[in-house]
Amino acid sequence: MIIGVDGARDRPGVVVAGAAMGGLRAAEQLRAAGWTGPVTVVGDERHMPYNRPPLSKEVLAGEVSHAAVAFRTRASVADVTWRLGTAVAAADLTERRVTLADGSTLPYAGLVVATGIRPRRLNCPGPRGGRHVVRTLDDAQALRGELRAGRRLVVIGAGFIGCEVAATARGLGMEVTIVAPESEPMLRPLGERLGAALRRRHEARGVTFRLGRTIDRFLGGADGAGNGHGDDDRATGVVLDDASTVPADVVVEAVGSVPNTEWLAGNGLDLSDGVVCDALLRVEGRPDVVAVGDIARFPNPRYDAVARRVEHWSVPTDSAKRAARTLAAQLTGGAVDETPFAPLPTFWSDQYAERLQSFGAPGLGAADIRLLEGELDADCVVGYHHADGRLVGIVALGGGAAVAAARYRGALAAHA
Amino acid sequence: MRIIVDMDRCQDHGQCVFAAPEVFQINPAGRLEYTAEPDDELREAVEEAADVCPLQAITIED
Ligand SMILES: Cc1cc2nc3c(=O)[nH]c(=O)nc-3n(C[C@H](O)[C@H](O)[C@H](O)COP(=O)(O)OP(=O)(O)OC[C@H]3O[C@@H](n4cnc5c(N)ncnc54)[C@H](O)[C@@H]3O)c2cc1C
Ligand code: SF4
Repeated sequence: MIIGVDGARDRPGVVVAGAAMGGLRAAEQLRAAGWTGPVTVVGDERHMPYNRPPLSKEVLAGEVSHAAVAFRTRASVADVTWRLGTAVAAADLTERRVTLADGSTLPYAGLVVATGIRPRRLNCPGPRGGRHVVRTLDDAQALRGELRAGRRLVVIGAGFIGCEVAATARGLGMEVTIVAPESEPMLRPLGERLGAALRRRHEARGVTFRLGRTIDRFLGGADGAGNGHGDDDRATGVVLDDASTVPADVVVEAVGSVPNTEWLAGNGLDLSDGVVCDALLRVEGRPDVVAVGDIARFPNPRYDAVARRVEHWSVPTDSAKRAARTLAAQLTGGAVDETPFAPLPTFWSDQYAERLQSFGAPGLGAADIRLLEGELDADCVVGYHHADGRLVGIVALGGGAAVAAARYRGALAAHA
Repeated sequence: MRIIVDMDRCQDHGQCVFAAPEVFQINPAGRLEYTAEPDDELREAVEEAADVCPLQAITIED
């Protein structure tokens, strides 16, 4: 599907690979940065960019259409060409050309890498049916049809998406079990004590945890276990590494992500975990290629020199703004602003009626975790400190989390 | 410029307040308050506030 003018361009413009939040924000920010040339956004999903956070929350709980989650787009991108339902299959960064899955090629003057991530899948033996992931609107709508009161849901993975899906499913009256190898939910960002407090909140609402456990295989199919769905290729449960089983009517796999970098292969880039960017979001120093959003692995001088991917909702917008300025200056011969990109990460999660709000990088402050306000089992604010004693992140949990967290934002934003 | 915040959607994240404090405030009760017809000079800040609203609850009319 092509929306807008296509093909007959007299000069190559900017090609944006990936038509989700990062791709949209990149197009808008290119215009804001003064780029008036052509912009073509290519995306493999058939939808115009939409907001993903509701997918594990409202969209699973009720009838939600694309229109209700679609991003508003700035008027400045009215002349952008959208090629939706078409993947970018390959790129030649030397020839400055991308090849699409339909065989067509697009030359570019500048390229924005915004293809994000996809859910990692478990490759344990057993049936494939009845197993879901939650990344796209299509994923969420497919899962929603399976979530009904009284049915048993097994969520594999105790990260924020697993926890949110579990909370939403409990709200719908399902029996929910979370299986994960870690000792507590959301362990990496929260640490043991707050992770345990989050677990207790879920347990108080009836969720069962099987922690410290991995999946050996899925039950069903060839096991011959009748599942009442009249479908032999459907998982009817999981077998854990201690040989115990958990029966399931529906399984959700929320076990991490794989960056969508395959189309960049053959260009000599380090694609071991997303695309490596410099402090101005240029891909390995290439002046005409920038990356934004979940796929971008960038250093944050606020913390250290290590390049990391950050899968937070705030990153596509922040990185697009910086990357677009870098690229527009390069393409128009303007002066490139050399100030390094140093965003203040912000993250939230909604589980039941509770908000988890984080600012900074709590995952980098595991050396010293302290309760700053309240009580872990009620409303609380927890501070995460670097080995040098510096506060690098906070997490607030509970009804007033957004307001409580906001009080620390200034302090966290201060040292860059 | 006219701003409309869909208060049924707004969940008081306060992200808009960081982006455009001149226009958006969280009141002592923890609820959002805002100036519906801010000065045009604040357009960029208001656009940014609309971008960073997790619920995409902010619309701008010219
Ligand atoms: C269910 C869910 C809930 C979330 N909730 C929260 C939350 O509460 N708080 C929070 O802070 N963050 C949350 N996030 C994270 C946040 O939504 C992401 O960080 C953000 O969506 C990343 O945007 P992106 O544009 O970088 O990547 P993506 O959204 O992954 O976009 C990449 C796009 O590129 C497309 N694509 C991939 N390969 C190709 C190709 N070869 N050619 C063309 N197109 C391609 C993909 O299909 C996709 O449309 C959530 C994410 C999910 C999935
Ligand atoms: S950012 Fe959005 S949800 Fe948050 S207070 Fe502002 S309008 Fe409401």
